[in-house]
Amino acid sequence: MNSRESILQAIRKLPREKKNLPELPDFGKNSDLLAEFCQSITRNAGEVLSLEDFQEWMKEKNFKKVISLVPDYASLSTQAMPEDPHALDSLDLAIVEAPFGVAENGAMWLDETSLCHRVLPFIAEHLVIVLRSAHLFPTLHQAYAQLQDASTGFGVFIAGPSKTADIEQSLVIGAQGAKSLWVVLVD
Amino acid sequence: MNHPQAAAAFLKDQARASWHDETLWYVRDKRDAASKRLPEWEDLRTLASDIKEHTLSQLDYYLEKFEEKAFENGIQVYWAKDAAEHNQIVLQILQSKECKALVKSKSILTEECHLNPFLEKNGIAVVDSDLGERIVQFLNQPPSHIVLPAIHLKKKEIAELFHEKLGTEKGNEDPKYLTDAARIHLREKFLSAKVAITGVNFGIAETGEFVVCTNEGNADMGVHLADVHIACMGIEKIIPRRKDLGVFLRLLARSATGQSITTYSSHFRSPRKGKEIHLILVDNGRTAQLSRSNYRSSLKCIRCGACMNTCPIYRRSGGFSYGSTVPGPIGSILSPGLDVKKYSTLPFASTLCGSCTDVCPVKINIHEQLYAWRQEITQAQGWSGKELSIKLAKGIFTSPLAYRVSGKILRAALKSLPHSLIYHPLNAWGKGRDLPQPPASTFSEWYQKNRL
Ligand code: SF4
Repeated sequence: MNSRESILQAIRKLPREKKNLPELPDFGKNSDLLAEFCQSITRNAGEVLSLEDFQEWMKEKNFKKVISLVPDYASLSTQAMPEDPHALDSLDLAIVEAPFGVAENGAMWLDETSLCHRVLPFIAEHLVIVLRSAHLFPTLHQAYAQLQDASTGFGVFIAGPSKTADIEQSLVIGAQGAKSLWVVLVD
Repeated sequence: MNHPQAAAAFLKDQARASWHDETLWYVRDKRDAASKRLPEWEDLRTLASDIKEHTLSQLDYYLEKFEEKAFENGIQVYWAKDAAEHNQIVLQILQSKECKALVKSKSILTEECHLNPFLEKNGIAVVDSDLGERIVQFLNQPPSHIVLPAIHLKKKEIAELFHEKLGTEKGNEDPKYLTDAARIHLREKFLSAKVAITGVNFGIAETGEFVVCTNEGNADMGVHLADVHIACMGIEKIIPRRKDLGVFLRLLARSATGQSITTYSSHFRSPRKGKEIHLILVDNGRTAQLSRSNYRSSLKCIRCGACMNTCPIYRRSGGFSYGSTVPGPIGSILSPGLDVKKYSTLPFASTLCGSCTDVCPVKINIHEQLYAWRQEITQAQGWSGKELSIKLAKGIFTSPLAYRVSGKILRAALKSLPHSLIYHPLNAWGKGRDLPQPPASTFSEWYQKNRL
């Protein structure tokens, strides 16, 4: 008997008590989603920018290598998307758009259809996520209801910049992924 | 291994031991604050527990469904009955790719299978890419905590280590500086690795996808740059539906570190064009644990680490004192299932205070299972040096009612026990720091009061 069969057999021969799979309540609430979302992002060590602040910030930073995948801000790109994702290593800034965010924890959904390379939001030194302020759900439950039929090969919730506390529990922002996260809220 | 002896060794360095204790208590505090921000916290725990109980009651069905869906998505699925078979499968994949070096993100399962030494013996270099894991890997140590792998180390030691291994300035102990050095070092590894290994936090039967959670972004950096992604998954990691992730992701990070979610929650459904995902489903003692009715529910564990952070023994004895891959209260239930002789002292490394059970996001009755192991082990060993405490326990634990009452007495005693007793030199783990405030009510009292 191969291992697959022997594992399944071992499970099948156990006496079992049927236990029901619970239905999930919605847990939605009518709080101020925008305020809660901004608070969550700040708590996760990300930053929230208005559109004006963002334009100001771009001028000030003057990044050399930028790729923007947001049609409205396509002109901010300084280079084309490389064929090989390894070539993104020196990228200063990636600008992408999230279809929605989650107020309770600041998580924003990105999937590969809008990323070109899966590694883009991780490998860029800094990350900007553009989000419509009306596209917010209170909790992950509503977010997963939205995602029920999505079937892309890769998707990720990103809730802040990459971080670690592995050295004496001191929080350090900028571990292996993007060193900063900026959320640009648009109408 | 012998827990009391190992704990005593850990406590020799009193300053470090009390730092360890306080730091984990601080993480536990953050967990409390995060859980209190959610009015539905207790409902989520109940749902999580019920979903896992249901899944375990039909594990064969969900595993087959998961396999079928994953296969449709273009993922290659393997089954391993034990650690040796798991390691062999990994090796075969690597050999077929002529791979000599790989990056690996946090996976407790691969620690359990001792994959790293096995691969190294076979001429393959493994780089652990989580910062804490890289640190302990440099030291040839296993992680001492499942979420905080290097929690037993001080920054001075890490600075010395990085000076030697990565050429950082001598004496520079700034965590930011050291993290940056590791970032540069690991970036190079990510860019050159052809194969990346990850663990799996959740496998979803409905869709055949799996989810990996990290804060550092190391899992994603590895797999999205490599040609081949190998995901190693214990068979108990299955959940039925995608929407169940809402329940589990809301609980996991809050319980682990007090964050509302990890920075990255990555959902893998199919490989990139022209690339490969291989997923290994591993038993290694899990079906045996499933057959033990007393301990079956330990398989609900989502490896958040909360029971370690809250445990007065873990905090005062350190992860290494358990001598098992998963330390702390849950490890003391899982490890005897793998080798009861070797781990016979672990179920005794507990005050049975029940704090682990109170914080567990999937409501495993951890302290009751520890007690059940004690009974089995004591019966198997006959009366031993533990005679007195067991007799006491036997008297106390003859019925559930007596047990609840005794919990109250114990909590009252914790409040009033003289310092001289708690910090008696024979009480290894009581040394070094005050005991925490005992909880005002147990979870069962709380539940009785609040369930309507
Ligand atoms: S037993 Fe519960 S508290 Fe402990 S690690 Fe597992 S899920 Fe977390």
